[in-house]
Amino acid sequence: MAEPAKLLDVEHLTMRFGGLTAVSDLSFVARAGEITAVIGPNGAGKTTVFNCITGFYRPTSGSLALAHADGRRYALEALPGHRIARHAKVARTFQNIRLFAGMTVLENLMVAQHNVLMPSVANGLLAVFGLGGYRRTERAAVEKATFWLQAIDLLKRADDPAGSLPYGAQRRLEIARAMCTDPVLLCLDEPAAGLNPRESEELSELLRRIRADGCSILLIEHDMGVVMRISDHIVVLDHGKKISDGAPAAVRADPRVIAAYLGEGDEDEEPAPLAAGVG
Amino acid sequence: MSARPLTPTAALRDAALSTLVAFGLFCALIGLKLTPTDAGMKLTDRPAALAIILGAVFVGRLLMLGWRAWRPAGTPSPRLLAEGVTRAGRYVGPVFLLLALTLPLYSGRYVIDVGILVLTYVMLGWGLNIVVGLAGLLDLGYVAFYAVGAYSYALISTTFHVGFWTALPVAGLLAACWGVMLGFPVLRLRGDYLAIVTLAFGEIIRVVLINWTNFTGGPNGVSDIPRPTLFGLKFTGSGDPDTFAAFFHVPYSVTQRFVFLYYVILGLALLTNWVSLRLRRLPLGRAWEALREDEIACRALGINVTITKLTAFAMGALFGGFAGAFFATRQGFVSPESFTFIESALVLSIVVLGGLGSQLGVALAALVMIGGTELFRDFAEYRMLIFGVALVVMMVLRPRGLVSGRTPSIALGARKQIAAELVAQGRG
Repeated sequence: MAEPAKLLDVEHLTMRFGGLTAVSDLSFVARAGEITAVIGPNGAGKTTVFNCITGFYRPTSGSLALAHADGRRYALEALPGHRIARHAKVARTFQNIRLFAGMTVLENLMVAQHNVLMPSVANGLLAVFGLGGYRRTERAAVEKATFWLQAIDLLKRADDPAGSLPYGAQRRLEIARAMCTDPVLLCLDEPAAGLNPRESEELSELLRRIRADGCSILLIEHDMGVVMRISDHIVVLDHGKKISDGAPAAVRADPRVIAAYLGEGDEDEEPAPLAAGVG
Repeated sequence: MSARPLTPTAALRDAALSTLVAFGLFCALIGLKLTPTDAGMKLTDRPAALAIILGAVFVGRLLMLGWRAWRPAGTPSPRLLAEGVTRAGRYVGPVFLLLALTLPLYSGRYVIDVGILVLTYVMLGWGLNIVVGLAGLLDLGYVAFYAVGAYSYALISTTFHVGFWTALPVAGLLAACWGVMLGFPVLRLRGDYLAIVTLAFGEIIRVVLINWTNFTGGPNGVSDIPRPTLFGLKFTGSGDPDTFAAFFHVPYSVTQRFVFLYYVILGLALLTNWVSLRLRRLPLGRAWEALREDEIACRALGINVTITKLTAFAMGALFGGFAGAFFATRQGFVSPESFTFIESALVLSIVVLGGLGSQLGVALAALVMIGGTELFRDFAEYRMLIFGVALVVMMVLRPRGLVSGRTPSIALGARKQIAAELVAQGRG
């Protein structure tokens, strides 16, 4: 079987904050149609990698090349944040949920389709007078929102404020909101954090479904159950460096990974899920 | 506050403590009085006045504790209250609109004049509401755009001799340009820093107006600004065929001009309201609100935060400029002293008092604050005191403004009111 095409090619990525090197000379590849997990102990630099990919940080050095299926290429390290989401089609969620809490669930999904609904400010102002074919676009946007609300089982709560949803539902909504931007790469920062086992299972199901629909996923996750179950490919970071890279089974058996999790003072946090995965 | 059973001794002790605090506060403030005499100042003590105040504090505190202990259990939740206010708002809004539309039919010139003033502030409030209420950008220099609009109209009309209706859009657009110009340097600023820079911007405009004498007339201002016309009909008593009175064959009266001005500002204010309500339901307005809720999430969704912020500043400034042009034509005279910081503060407090983002609340707050101060004109020296106390009481009772809560811009089913606690106030 031929290997899927490269979607995101991270080469020699380095990110320094003053004297602190958060990510050092990191290279890995995320392939189209796959779920790539980035794991590692706390403080390993996973979220920093995400922030570089999604344009929130500008890397100190290195390149982040994104290739769409139609051949268009984007150098993410040089694009401003909103262009990465809009043109390069990379969407993300946040470790600490960042929903528009005072807006309804539906509004959250509508804001995500801002760029479809408003090609230009001039059109946006024309729409004040009901011109510019706005109604049709809006109806399509509501339909897409409804589709995703069904997918995450929140259709009944569409008109409730996002801030009033239970935690697990907020996590799902954030994923749906990211999906409403039609991404080719979805970056999820600890989507299973704080979920109960049943919710994690539902989350895994949702992510598999998103992958099946053709969107690739980059995943930071501490819940090894979820990671091992759904990832096609795992990259392990420790202290900003890549220590392992490969299929779940290979990574699980890698002595360096086990050392990083068990041997370097992270006993309180990580051994249980990994040990379960290893066993 | 936890429901702790209140014993009479505890209540008395509490009241005594309050009285002690009051004594500390007032013993010098009220108990002593300086009176000028021929030989200089003389200090007299006023134990009676002090005793009255302390007695009032003691009894007042006891009553307050009593009320807390005996009032029926289960206070209405803020959410229910918000919903109640909104439900009432559905009727209050149209009633007020009807009253506003018919006001000139049954009131005299003075009331109409006050109405014009109130409506100017309603319009300013609605304009600022776009920036502060929707986009969550704290703007303390809103008066700058009001000034730009007023001076634009004043200078354009006196230099090029064009009428109000031609100059009005130009004045608005110029103000919007200044909105964008202010927007650029403050794009990266948030919260307190944004507030301070906008404050400085407002002052800069005023100082420029004072000092650029050969362009703006300096402290003397611009006078003889043309009055607005109704399709070319003037409101003067000259009897010429192009005056309103002669054209319609009615006897001339000064009130006609006031009624006309009243309807002009009512129209402008309603336009502001309509545009803000429309924009709220469109992607641009939704992006403003999303910006207020979470700027980082906006960026992650591909929204150009720069453009979105600038449009908010520009839209707010546009309506500020319209209001300014109207102000200039109403007064027939503009000078820098009409555009001091207190005006910005007044408009901002109207917006905050009314409830950020609430159109009805802002209108009510403008009515209360501007109309109220007019009402208290007879007590000139206590006016600001009453005003300040009212603000404090208001913010204690309803910290999110008269009409708090937010109506969703789109809904699959019925629109449900969103409680104010969930809605972000914006960090700039």
